Amino acid sequence: VKIPLSWLREYVTLPAKITAEQIAAAFVKVGFEVEGIDYQGRDLTGPVLVGKVLSIEELTGHKKPIRYVGLDLGEKKTRFVICGASNFKVNDLVVVAVPGAVLPGDFKISARQTYERLSDGMICSAKELGISDDHAGIIVLAEGKIGSDAISLLDIKDVVFDIAVNPDRGYAMSVRGLARELAGSLRCKYVDPADIKITKKLDAIKSSKAVSVKIEDKSGADAIYIRTFEKVNVKRPTPLWMQRRIEKCGMRSISLAVDITNYVMLELGQPLHAFDADLISGGLRVARANKFSKLTTLDKVERKLSPDNLLICDGKSALALAGTMGGLASEVSGKTTRIALEAAHFDPLSIARNSRFHMLSSEASRRIERNTDPVLAQVASARAGQLLIELAGAKYLGTAQAGSPIKKRKVKISIAQISKFIGYNYSTKQVKDALSLIGCKVAGGGSLLNVEVPTWRPDLISSADFSEEIARINGYELIPARLPVGKGGAGLSALQIRKRQIATMLATQGFSEVINSPFVSQEMVDLLGFTGDRAKSFRIANPMSEDFPLLRTHLIPGLLTTLNRNIGRGGKDLAIFEIGTVFRNTTPLGKAVNPAIDKRPSAKLVSDIYAGVPKQMLFVGGAVAGEKTLSNWQGSGENFIWSDAIAKAVEIVEATGNEFEIVSSDLAPWHPGRCAELRVGGKPIAHAGELHPRVIAALNLPPRTCVFAVILSELPVAKTIRAPRIWNLPATVQDVALVVKKDITADQLQRALRAGAGELLESVTLFDRYDQIGDGKVSLAFTLSFRAADRTLTADEVGRYRDAAVAQAGKECGAILRS
Amino acid sequence: MSLEQGQIESDLAQALKAIAATTDLDGLKQIKIDYIGDKSPLAKANQALASVDPASRANFGKLIGSARAQVNQEFEKKSAELANLRDSQVLLTERVDVTLPGRRTLKGGLHPLTILTNEISDMFIGLGYKVAEGPELESEWLNFDALNIPADHPARTMQDTFFVQPLEAKLVLRTHTSPVQIRTMLDHKPPLYVICPGKTYRADELDATHTPVFHQVEGLVVDEGITMADLKGTLDYFAKSIFGDEVTTRLRPSFFPFTEPSAEVDVFFNGRWIEWGGCGMVNEKVLIACGVDTKKYTGFAFGMGLERTLMVKHGITDMHDIVEGDVRFTQSFGVGKK
Repeated sequence: VKIPLSWLREYVTLPAKITAEQIAAAFVKVGFEVEGIDYQGRDLTGPVLVGKVLSIEELTGHKKPIRYVGLDLGEKKTRFVICGASNFKVNDLVVVAVPGAVLPGDFKISARQTYERLSDGMICSAKELGISDDHAGIIVLAEGKIGSDAISLLDIKDVVFDIAVNPDRGYAMSVRGLARELAGSLRCKYVDPADIKITKKLDAIKSSKAVSVKIEDKSGADAIYIRTFEKVNVKRPTPLWMQRRIEKCGMRSISLAVDITNYVMLELGQPLHAFDADLISGGLRVARANKFSKLTTLDKVERKLSPDNLLICDGKSALALAGTMGGLASEVSGKTTRIALEAAHFDPLSIARNSRFHMLSSEASRRIERNTDPVLAQVASARAGQLLIELAGAKYLGTAQAGSPIKKRKVKISIAQISKFIGYNYSTKQVKDALSLIGCKVAGGGSLLNVEVPTWRPDLISSADFSEEIARINGYELIPARLPVGKGGAGLSALQIRKRQIATMLATQGFSEVINSPFVSQEMVDLLGFTGDRAKSFRIANPMSEDFPLLRTHLIPGLLTTLNRNIGRGGKDLAIFEIGTVFRNTTPLGKAVNPAIDKRPSAKLVSDIYAGVPKQMLFVGGAVAGEKTLSNWQGSGENFIWSDAIAKAVEIVEATGNEFEIVSSDLAPWHPGRCAELRVGGKPIAHAGELHPRVIAALNLPPRTCVFAVILSELPVAKTIRAPRIWNLPATVQDVALVVKKDITADQLQRALRAGAGELLESVTLFDRYDQIGDGKVSLAFTLSFRAADRTLTADEVGRYRDAAVAQAGKECGAILRS
Repeated sequence: MSLEQGQIESDLAQALKAIAATTDLDGLKQIKIDYIGDKSPLAKANQALASVDPASRANFGKLIGSARAQVNQEFEKKSAELANLRDSQVLLTERVDVTLPGRRTLKGGLHPLTILTNEISDMFIGLGYKVAEGPELESEWLNFDALNIPADHPARTMQDTFFVQPLEAKLVLRTHTSPVQIRTMLDHKPPLYVICPGKTYRADELDATHTPVFHQVEGLVVDEGITMADLKGTLDYFAKSIFGDEVTTRLRPSFFPFTEPSAEVDVFFNGRWIEWGGCGMVNEKVLIACGVDTKKYTGFAFGMGLERTLMVKHGITDMHDIVEGDVRFTQSFGVGKK
């Protein structure tokens, strides 16, 4: 909310020399964030005077209408100025900056020749004076003495604070509330503007001519006051002081009756509404919409009502969306003479729902949603009534009231408990002072205090609520700092360690970690050819962009998008990876449950809540393109190829300590002949290889782009490693070249050799592959290395093991020794 | 054969002279044959010792031994001298430009958010905390209700939260990592010391300071006698570990449905106060919803945006750099630099 210092000063006795910054700091200290300080009139110097328009000469032949205006500034001679605005007529009072004046933005006013005339000053708009953004026309004053200082008349020199009020402090959306907070923070004297005494005079009068009221839905409001006036002169102008205050608070002056309701709302925090009493049929009712299906609100929007909308109605129709916006049909117009002034204590939730249902947030609804002081319905309506009488010559007819009187709420609080909770020992005086400053009445002297809670603080219920107030008003800086330490740390979990290891491993191997958007388009899913589980995306009901409504089921879409972005920026040799969650709509979800929070839900309910949340797997994925070792002065580098992506997947699975089997796969979006599937315990856990050329072409990726993906969360946690015994007798090696059919994989052959070679085999390494022998065959050459614990193996013995290995390879893979 | 002292001395002198006169390593090879090897005069004299009169054998032995030792010593000296000479000349011709770059593989790096998360996790593990994680697609009850954010709360509108179809499933992309706190309290008994780092989602357009997908770290402590002073001390320690020992923190009163009292925590860094995160004492209603005995336990909680922390710490001025995945950005952080 915006709040002028001049208005605050009316209710807080501030030190004379206090600066705007000190006031802002005082607000911040008690929890009111100051989002802006507007020093109005700081860079404005006069003379800026009130002038009366004597003559208007319309200059023609220019791109826009230009007027040459004769002005009476109380000077001997008429002063003439050029003016581009046309929202004024002869005899109007306007604001004139005369030569020598400096307007905001260091705009120096001087006499100058323009449009072939001498312009001896400038008629000002509100924007030119720096008091609002209104630049639609120049200011036309309702009052003012000719030739007097307009800066003081318009009360321009002021400071306007823009304050963010937290949702639990509805009372502070007013001069009344913020003045109290400021007074509390600075420990200054405060006078409450909501004085119940002002109601006395009005409440004494009863009249049958007054509009009556009933609360038909008690869940919607618990108090309402309707004060009726006749002979209201609605055409009288709003006094300048009121108009200016409304403007400083960021609202517009509209008409006297409306301005009065807004002024009182800004001052006290109670929204009010003025009805044309002659347009009300019978009495007013607070009721749910039910049968009423339509209402045209003041903003001229015809609204379809929901049956549970809270309304102000009469016998015939819906008149206003309660606490949110009045209706057009019963609004105060130029013809109005009788006014029914409404002020109520509405249920915040009902008004929040009104507002949300119609997507209509008003000054009124914003206040009521955050709760208004129930006492104010009576006081604020009386204050507004008084202003109608004073300013609009209204005659008071009487008041109708419905709802129960306000009950005072009392609670007991323990200083000891509060001190223990905050971690600071508050004295009785500190507690009492703080509570008094926020409006509580405090009795008792020991550790247990009896507190009467002010009507505007329904949020103060538990000991913690009072703790906050006491800590806040005494200052959070009073609280000491203490460092608690957990009872026995547990370190990272196995999966957390795995995540770190893999990330660090990839980063040190030249991969750059990226964090991709999880939002995916249907086109991408289709292009990548995702089927099965990977096609079962969750759809976001309200996506940021309709083009990307799906949650990723895989990391590849994001990786390829990011790879492309890097290429677009000139990247050529790229290796990126991401570790992230994927979402698959694969398992039927339990029905959503919503237990109350007044106790822990039963074990059954907790497990139902958990069952309603889909399982989400953690993936690591990567994409590579270009060179892995870079070309330089020594010659060409080496490109990433399919086997690099597969090697990376293999290294990742190995790093988790899992045994795996590797088979050929034709899974999309990979190249059907260049994709490896890694299986752990028979379950596919990783895919890696070259992308399908169709995908590469469609996304305009570099040829032979390769990707890998490993499901980190599905890999079992490895058991504690058993250390191998390291034998230091020399190893004996044997090379074998085997010819197999091309569809036999190196992995199959290697497994067969291992199986046949016996337990002294230490390693099998593929050192050559020759595929030019024809006949659909290929030759693979391996080095078998053997070692024994207790002896150096002889060539004869090792030869026998080799023969056994070859025999096994022959049996399993049809391998024959290459001659 | 007879031995003469004069002859031995003359052989010695000749050998020393020949060594001194040699100028290259090839010449030294011949010297070795001529004056040290088995057929050299001094070697022969040594062999002849056996036939010498036993009375003078000891004297001759000493004389020959000393002469041979002297020759050997001079030879080794000369040999080292000439090897050095050769090295300094020959290796000079093999000199290279050592500033020529070697074969490089690609430069890699961890995303700075990962580095920061690790740093924070390690710090809190040191304080006896656990690192708790949970699902990003989360139930509304865990993300909102249990945190005292009722159904009509403004935070639950479509403007702020991503909802997932079908709406009856009541699933949202979590708007904070607080549901992990709730899961922790539902699954474990106090004392609880956890931090919850992770990805979070809010329906904000990507701009210089906002992103719809961001990261948070939250902390939760529930134990006997936990006070706001504990919260203050923990945040101060946390801030110093991230931004440096010289920073100070302050708490400002604020409001969150899940804490009471609530506060904003600001950090005084590089000469100005920076809004860092929210915190407070865990609202009793939240503890009750999770079955924590509120007569025995109190707790505090805090939450910070990691992107914001990163921006402040490293002087990053545009969120786009953090989210776009440009490898140049990641590479500049390596695998973690302070």
